[in-house]
Amino acid sequence: MRTLHTFHGGIHPPEHKSESNGRPIAQAPVPRHLVVSLRQHMGAPAKPLVQPGDKVLKGQLIGEPAGFISAAVHAPTSGTVTAVEPMTVPHSSGLPDLCVAIEADGEDRWAEHSPIDYKSASPQAVLDHIRDRGVVGLGGAVFPTHIKLQVNGKLETLVINAAECEPWITSDDLLMRERADEIVKGIEVLQHLLQPAETLVGIEDNKPEAIAAMARAAEGKGIDVVAVPTLYPTGGEKQLIKILTGKEVPSGGRPYQIGVVCTNVATVYSVHRAVNLGEPMISRIVTVTGNVRQPGNFEARIGTPVDELLQLAGGALPDTSRYIMGGPMMGTPLPNSGYHVQKASNCFIAASDSLFPPEPPAMPCTRCTHCAEACPVNLRPYELQWFIRGKNFDKARAYNVFDCIECGCCSYVCSSNIPLVQYFRYAKSELMERDREKRAAEMARQRSEMKQQRLEREKAEKAAKHAAAAAAAAKSETAEDKAAKQAAIAAAVERAKAKKAEPQNTENLSPAVQAEIAAVEERRTKSGEAVNEEA
Amino acid sequence: MLTAIIVMAAIALVLGAVLGYASIKFKVEGNPLVEQIDALLPQTQCGQCGYPGCKPYAEAVASGEAAPNLCIPGGPGAGQAIADLVGVPYEPLGGEAAEPAPKAVAAIDEKTCIGCTACIKACPVDAIIGATKQVHTVISAVCTGCGLCEPACPVEECIIMDPVKTDIGNWKWEYPTYEVKKVA
Amino acid sequence: MSSPHIFEGHGVGQTMFRVMAALVPGIIVYVIAFGPSILVSLAIASITAVAVEALMLKIRDYPVKPFVFDGSVLLTAWLLALSIPPMSPWWLIVTGTVIAVVFAKHLYGGLGNNLFNPAMVGFAALMISFPAYMTHWPAPMALTSAHLGFADQLSYMLTGSLPAGMDVDAINMATPLDTLKTQLHLHHTVSEVLRMPIYDVIGGKGTVWIAVMYLLGGIYLWRARIITLHIPLAFLGGLFLMAAFFYLKDADHYVAPWFHLVTGGTMLGAFFIATDPVTAASTPKGKIIFGLGIGALTYVVRVLGGYPDGVAFSVLIMNAFVPLIDAYTQPRVFGHVKQEEASR
Repeated sequence: MRTLHTFHGGIHPPEHKSESNGRPIAQAPVPRHLVVSLRQHMGAPAKPLVQPGDKVLKGQLIGEPAGFISAAVHAPTSGTVTAVEPMTVPHSSGLPDLCVAIEADGEDRWAEHSPIDYKSASPQAVLDHIRDRGVVGLGGAVFPTHIKLQVNGKLETLVINAAECEPWITSDDLLMRERADEIVKGIEVLQHLLQPAETLVGIEDNKPEAIAAMARAAEGKGIDVVAVPTLYPTGGEKQLIKILTGKEVPSGGRPYQIGVVCTNVATVYSVHRAVNLGEPMISRIVTVTGNVRQPGNFEARIGTPVDELLQLAGGALPDTSRYIMGGPMMGTPLPNSGYHVQKASNCFIAASDSLFPPEPPAMPCTRCTHCAEACPVNLRPYELQWFIRGKNFDKARAYNVFDCIECGCCSYVCSSNIPLVQYFRYAKSELMERDREKRAAEMARQRSEMKQQRLEREKAEKAAKHAAAAAAAAKSETAEDKAAKQAAIAAAVERAKAKKAEPQNTENLSPAVQAEIAAVEERRTKSGEAVNEEA
Repeated sequence: MLTAIIVMAAIALVLGAVLGYASIKFKVEGNPLVEQIDALLPQTQCGQCGYPGCKPYAEAVASGEAAPNLCIPGGPGAGQAIADLVGVPYEPLGGEAAEPAPKAVAAIDEKTCIGCTACIKACPVDAIIGATKQVHTVISAVCTGCGLCEPACPVEECIIMDPVKTDIGNWKWEYPTYEVKKVA
Repeated sequence: MSSPHIFEGHGVGQTMFRVMAALVPGIIVYVIAFGPSILVSLAIASITAVAVEALMLKIRDYPVKPFVFDGSVLLTAWLLALSIPPMSPWWLIVTGTVIAVVFAKHLYGGLGNNLFNPAMVGFAALMISFPAYMTHWPAPMALTSAHLGFADQLSYMLTGSLPAGMDVDAINMATPLDTLKTQLHLHHTVSEVLRMPIYDVIGGKGTVWIAVMYLLGGIYLWRARIITLHIPLAFLGGLFLMAAFFYLKDADHYVAPWFHLVTGGTMLGAFFIATDPVTAASTPKGKIIFGLGIGALTYVVRVLGGYPDGVAFSVLIMNAFVPLIDAYTQPRVFGHVKQEEASR
């Protein structure tokens, strides 16, 4: 038995797992219409590669990663692109975002796809292979997996996160029960890539079947399946690492800094599909539960309408008033079911007021400190909300609002029903906006100073030139030609030097801006030609 | 009587010496006032305050020549902060001019641009690139939205100030609607 | 509405009413030991508190219903009533309650915003303004022949008149703490004083059992996770250590530490007053400092000061230090090597 560690706080919300974990994973049929968002991962949205009318094959690349932190997006089935435009996406803002709509042709024909022999290929080739197949973390944060796996230096521990601590969700549970062997194959890919000293699979002890299945599959593979106590939010990356290794990921840091890589179990399964089968990430297991007749788990294509999944689960009951994507602690609220499955959609919950009573009206904070006792990162939520309500954002930062993982424990236990997490999200986005503005102002200041300097220097140069010309005119023409020539050469060299030293306004720009400039130059050459032709 | 005067004078001397020493020894190396004010300004370099840029305005405020409430893009936030810094009462600017316009970015219509470089000269942060008789364009990532290029352009409707739209990328969480007290 | 979508919070009201429930055993023993007059005190204080609270909410333009029924003002009224002599005239109770609710609570911004414990502010104001009334405690029923019935007690509280042939001194006597202090001043030794009839085995007759009931109520609050034990234990510990130090030095002039624990307002203060979350320190370390401070100060006021008991003043003094204590005892946040000074 391993010695397990603990983190501060945590809560025991009602689990509600049995509703949906009784039936095996069902295959959701390929829908007629799919909507695939180009921003289903953390980082920059993918750049669309298709236009309306294009024919696409299943697994064909339709969005390429734009920037370092970004991920590829693929067509989930074969068919015709009907639109590439902003559409409703499941996001807290409710704002539309760029999506690719595909009308399926029903043939579900694969594009060419090939596996990679990870044992003989170079690690970088395997990482590129994973990147090109759009593999992102399926635990909720959808961070591009290939970036997570880029680790320099020695790796102590590979942690497979199978805690699934959120109530209601059972997709990882069912995946482990049914496909433990494939998961282990995915783990072996990661073990080969990362060469960790130990590999741990952390599963909450409320999933005995999954623990047994994984232990059986992991036998003799150098994988240690560890049952961890059921306590929300054990499935938080930093929390699980703490429990299993006793090490804390530094504030604002990443696990590799303490020699750990942590990956969600469903992601590992996708790594197996990408590496050993060559399949891009075009489907996932989704729990459909809550106020539906027959809750269960479905393997659904990315872009499947939520309505169709609800039908597969027997349909939402009539008193359903809203939906939740994800779990009840951290999930995104959806006003209706007119959304589509994303890579991040581990669960859809049909919610009614009787199943999820709305929070009673908030009362003033009485500093009962239950929030601080529940906080898994040991923050003082009652102090933070106080500062944030006073718009004292610097103080909120000093009290580490950026360490908040938005797990919702504080709001859950608050006896005054204060929407604490909302305050923290508000403060964080307000602070990030301020930082952005500060950086922009700093850049503007530098550029304006540079322009002033340039103007002054140009003025001085002009004056010097005039003076030199006047002096030369005053001199007799009969002066030694040689000396004049040399002086001219020297002056030219001087000018060239000065030009080199001159600040360029295209320097110190981010790659994105430089790329933009390049694109503009290209466009200008074209339109310049057009103007010339017109002229 | 004399003793008292001597004692008081001695105390004054000693305390004065201590204070003088402390002012040298514990001198706080802070930013000069101009730079502190400049740091509070939004650096749009728009000139709406009546000075040719943020730095000149900061100099004017520091010398007491200008009031701290003239920065329009900075809004009451910047005004209040500067007023606190220089230690004068802040009075909000009245009138319609006081409303900061929504953040916008300049855009050049490539069809109508005649390549006159007037806007390039007007841009305080060199955010417009181009050359004579070549179509100009705006590097939107460095544009401060000051709007100085707009009047400089000799062509009608060539430069427009494009308001920055909210999308998922720059969307912000709202302040929670949590009011115990009736809104007065 | 964003996540989370499920809630466990019981509401402020439920917390407050559970605290009041935890006081009930103590009140029952109180009635047995001193007669039913305490119930009248509680009723007067409660009615006044609710009325004043409603009025203040109205004036301040707050919704009346949710705040009156959150129980916080009733708890304040109860704690005040339990702290002052049970047979006080009605106007004394009303004055204390009004001061507590208006000055200590609403002028600071109402529920959650007050710096000082309202019940203790009310108590302190009465103690300073009407010391004679505040030191007149009825003798335990077991000690006095002059028994007052409920009707007589009620009539005294409402009109100030006693049945013919009885005067105030016949029914009142100094508290065990007060008696001890007076007698020590008269150069008696502790053991001599404790042989007086007012004392029980380790504390005052009657009061010791009330203290035990408060302790039980406090343990219930701890088990129900309404309070943590940091403050009560630190409070009792601070008081015990101070008392033990002086007791070991000179047992003739300083009473034993356990006497302090079960006498006066110690138990009520430790479990119900010092733990008021609004006015107490909130970090684990801070709660211990806060409790130790109250305990030590209580001893100082009791033994060296002019007042018979020191819980109220100690709580108020430590209340003033809460922001400072909290700022300097912020716990280490996950992933941070050492807590930077967030307070600066």
